[in-house]
Amino acid sequence: MLNLFWIPLLTLIGVFVSLSANRVSRTACAYATAALPAAALAIVISYAPSVLDGEHFVEQFEWIPAVGLELAFRLDGFALLFALLILGIGLLVILYARYYLSEQDNMPRFYAMLILFMTAMLGIVLSENLIQLWLFWELTSISSFLLISFWNHKSEARKGARMALTITGMGGLALFAGILLIGQVVGSFNLTDVLAQGDLIRGSELYPYILVLVLLGAFTKSAQFPFHFWLPHAMAAPTPVSAYLHSATMVKAGIFLMARLYPALAGTDMWFLIVTLTGLATLLVGAYMALFKHDLKGLLAYSTISHLGLITLLLGLNSKLAAVAATFHIINHATFKASLFMAAGIIDHETGSRDMRKLNGLWRYMPHTAMLAMVAALAMAGVPLLNGFLSKEMFFAETLQQGSLGALSWILPVLATVAGIFSVAYSLRFIHDVFFNGEPINLPKTPHEPPRYMKIPVEILVALCFVVGIAPGLVVAEILHSAATSLLQGETPYYSLAIWHGFNFPLLMSFIALLGGIVVYATRKQLFEFQAQFPERDAKAIFDQNIKRIVDAATRIYGTLENGSLQRYTMLFILSVALFTTVPMTKLINLEGARPLLPVDGISIVATIILVVSTLVTLIWHRKRMIALIAVSVVGLIVSLIFARFSAPDLALTQLSVEVVTVILLMLALFFLPQVTAKAASPSSVVRDLGLATLIGGVMATISYAMMTHPQTSIADFFIANSKTGGGGTNVVNVILVDFRGFDTFGEITVLGIAGLGIYKLIARMKLFMPSADLNGIPWSNDHHPMMLATVSRALLPLALLVSAYIFLRGHNLPGGGFIAGLVTAVALILQYIANGVDFMRERSKLNYQWLISVGLIIAGATGMGSWLFGYPFLSSWFDYFYLPGIGKFELASAMLFDLGVYLTVIGSTLLILGNLGALTTHARPEESK
Amino acid sequence: MLEISLKIVLVMISIALIMNTYSLVRGPSLPERILSLDTLYINSIGLILIYGIVQASSINFEAALLIAMLGFVSTAALCKYLLRGDIIE
Repeated sequence: MLNLFWIPLLTLIGVFVSLSANRVSRTACAYATAALPAAALAIVISYAPSVLDGEHFVEQFEWIPAVGLELAFRLDGFALLFALLILGIGLLVILYARYYLSEQDNMPRFYAMLILFMTAMLGIVLSENLIQLWLFWELTSISSFLLISFWNHKSEARKGARMALTITGMGGLALFAGILLIGQVVGSFNLTDVLAQGDLIRGSELYPYILVLVLLGAFTKSAQFPFHFWLPHAMAAPTPVSAYLHSATMVKAGIFLMARLYPALAGTDMWFLIVTLTGLATLLVGAYMALFKHDLKGLLAYSTISHLGLITLLLGLNSKLAAVAATFHIINHATFKASLFMAAGIIDHETGSRDMRKLNGLWRYMPHTAMLAMVAALAMAGVPLLNGFLSKEMFFAETLQQGSLGALSWILPVLATVAGIFSVAYSLRFIHDVFFNGEPINLPKTPHEPPRYMKIPVEILVALCFVVGIAPGLVVAEILHSAATSLLQGETPYYSLAIWHGFNFPLLMSFIALLGGIVVYATRKQLFEFQAQFPERDAKAIFDQNIKRIVDAATRIYGTLENGSLQRYTMLFILSVALFTTVPMTKLINLEGARPLLPVDGISIVATIILVVSTLVTLIWHRKRMIALIAVSVVGLIVSLIFARFSAPDLALTQLSVEVVTVILLMLALFFLPQVTAKAASPSSVVRDLGLATLIGGVMATISYAMMTHPQTSIADFFIANSKTGGGGTNVVNVILVDFRGFDTFGEITVLGIAGLGIYKLIARMKLFMPSADLNGIPWSNDHHPMMLATVSRALLPLALLVSAYIFLRGHNLPGGGFIAGLVTAVALILQYIANGVDFMRERSKLNYQWLISVGLIIAGATGMGSWLFGYPFLSSWFDYFYLPGIGKFELASAMLFDLGVYLTVIGSTLLILGNLGALTTHARPEESK
Repeated sequence: MLEISLKIVLVMISIALIMNTYSLVRGPSLPERILSLDTLYINSIGLILIYGIVQASSINFEAALLIAMLGFVSTAALCKYLLRGDIIE
């Protein structure tokens, strides 16, 4: 026996097999698609004998052990039953779809999505870990969305798919919350532990929340009232999808979940009330509505809803026998409903219509199909000798046994019989309206039998209905017993699968249902007239309206929070910083720490004065952008001088180079902006901003003062001590960047590269207004590239490159490094752009900046991965000392290669942004006045 | 001797810096302000070098080198802006 992991893995691989089978014939594509699910089915079957003997298998491996997550699969009787249904019916659907899909449909895509869905379903039923179960649960929502919207040129398909995704997606979120709560109560997400701790969960305070959340997930998925409305709209899907999703899989996932967690959650009054009442409501609403649908698939959709309600109702009864009955009905419903959907698809395919008002008398045109459909429909009605009869009988018996409603307990069997009556009535309608009842009316095609192989899946399923109905003990007894045992996690009570139990109440109820159904169908004219009095409620319109309301509300909230005003964001940001910092600051009693203050010298005072004055100039003339820009440059210069004064040469170098790049960037942007900003601030907001700025300034100054005067130990000592021995460099700043925190740096240059590419894409085809004169209305000079500047700049380039090489090479031991060197190179090249123009550069420099970014990132990444070759973690660095005659002793470190990656990425990103922002104007400047 | 002359030079550079800033604030035209900024760069180079001599350390000399180079680029870009509005064309 192969490992359990192979079952979902094989089908997952099947997705790619289908996708790659787009060059072969349609039949070959279907075979290729079927191969891997068939193999998976073989694995499941190889497990079957031991599982039927009562064994169960669990396989797992660690996934994220730190949070207690593992990838784990389990195969017990209940999972086996579902796996067989999913794979078996899935294979039949693959065969059926081969003949259903037309030449225009993209068959590989259809099959790929179908197999993806199959994988997700297998994942749900085989999961041992609940979180993992939930992941597959969400995957079914997504893949069913894709399947329902397969004919995405149809509006109703898109809308139906969206509705299904929204409803089941919401349920999925609730389920996730429920699972997390279960994990909190039990302390494990493993099904084995959870199922064993049923009493703990039921006794927990969280039980009501867990129950409601999990049931929300199950009810939305299984289309239980009042979430049932998505299912009829999902009928816009191709019929093979409906046959698969709405018989054995998608909607059964909710049922599966309730049954799977039955030992953990069931047995309380709350479970009984919620599940039974929901199931009852769904059963009745579905059965009633099904009768009035003129669309063949609409009838089947509501009938599916009704049968799902029946199973839910059984699960809600808190009786072991009822759970067995539910399991039995899962099998029966899957077989007859899949065959009915396929028959409906054949009828649609061969007549061109699904409207029962037009489809009449098809018996004469397609007797074979009619025969099959009629048997399946009779099974759905619960006629003796067919499988539907047996489970319905058990259902009736169970409703009679229920006493939880006290003196009113008779309501349940009565309502069950009513639902039975309607179920017979709509089954009759399916048979009589479609196959008899006169002649077809205005059909687009002349009906005829479908291709031979299209009927095979239906024949197999209908044969199953028969065999189970006649000899249940032989066919399903074993698997039913094993499934029910693992569902209940204990011994199953005695039950009899015999066809004949003698004259008793359930038989009477079946009889009433049959008779009543015939009467209801006979009086359908009156019923239709009665129903016509109700206004038609379009679930789609209501759904759209609600979605629109939610979107509107979200937009309103979003609009008030994010109104596009940069001033306001800054204000809110600073306000919250002030709030978070002022409160702790009031608790700091000793503002001044033990560290002595440094003596003040004259130069520092002068620098401070210049800093303050230039800051004030920026503030006062902030609307005159050019002056503000010059003043900001002064601020930057003084800040870098301060860095140099207080022994931070690396920071000084970085600050200086960033400063220049920023000024150039701002000037490039300024050209497109108004020279003078409008005065926008009202007096009150000026007062507010001034107050806020003073507050935050005061707070930050206090914090800085307190921090700098309090002696403290920091992580810095570690870096200083280990920089030379561990990283091979004496420049601690650089060693931190390329070695200790190399991973951070790698992330940062990646972000830088992405930002560069993003900006490039944004501005690539931008068209902007360009002023033809400066602030004072004087036209621009006609001298594009002044000769003096051009000459001086060209001479400067090699010098600047030399400087940047020097700064790069010494970086590991002395101030410098790849980042600063990259900026210096970039500035030197930018100067050539400024002095000589884009065209000049384009002729001479063949550098492709995107390419440069990727090379830089690849070098940095490869350096990091290189350490794997030697068995060290990502980005471990290596260094050694060498001797070359003529040069002397020198050091080589892998960190330098990493730094080279940083260097190239910085150049590429900077030039990609600045160069292209500059190039915006090159070919589109307004004509100059000559 | 060197000590005294260094002190005198530092005082002179400080006064020069203050005067540059005054000129930058007063303006009134943009070329004058750009010129003040450029002179600030030049005087900063002097300041860093003198300070390095006082401290007997060459660690900040690269900063002076960068100011010399990048300050020029910055001034050139500002002037190009005055001339053509668009600095890269």
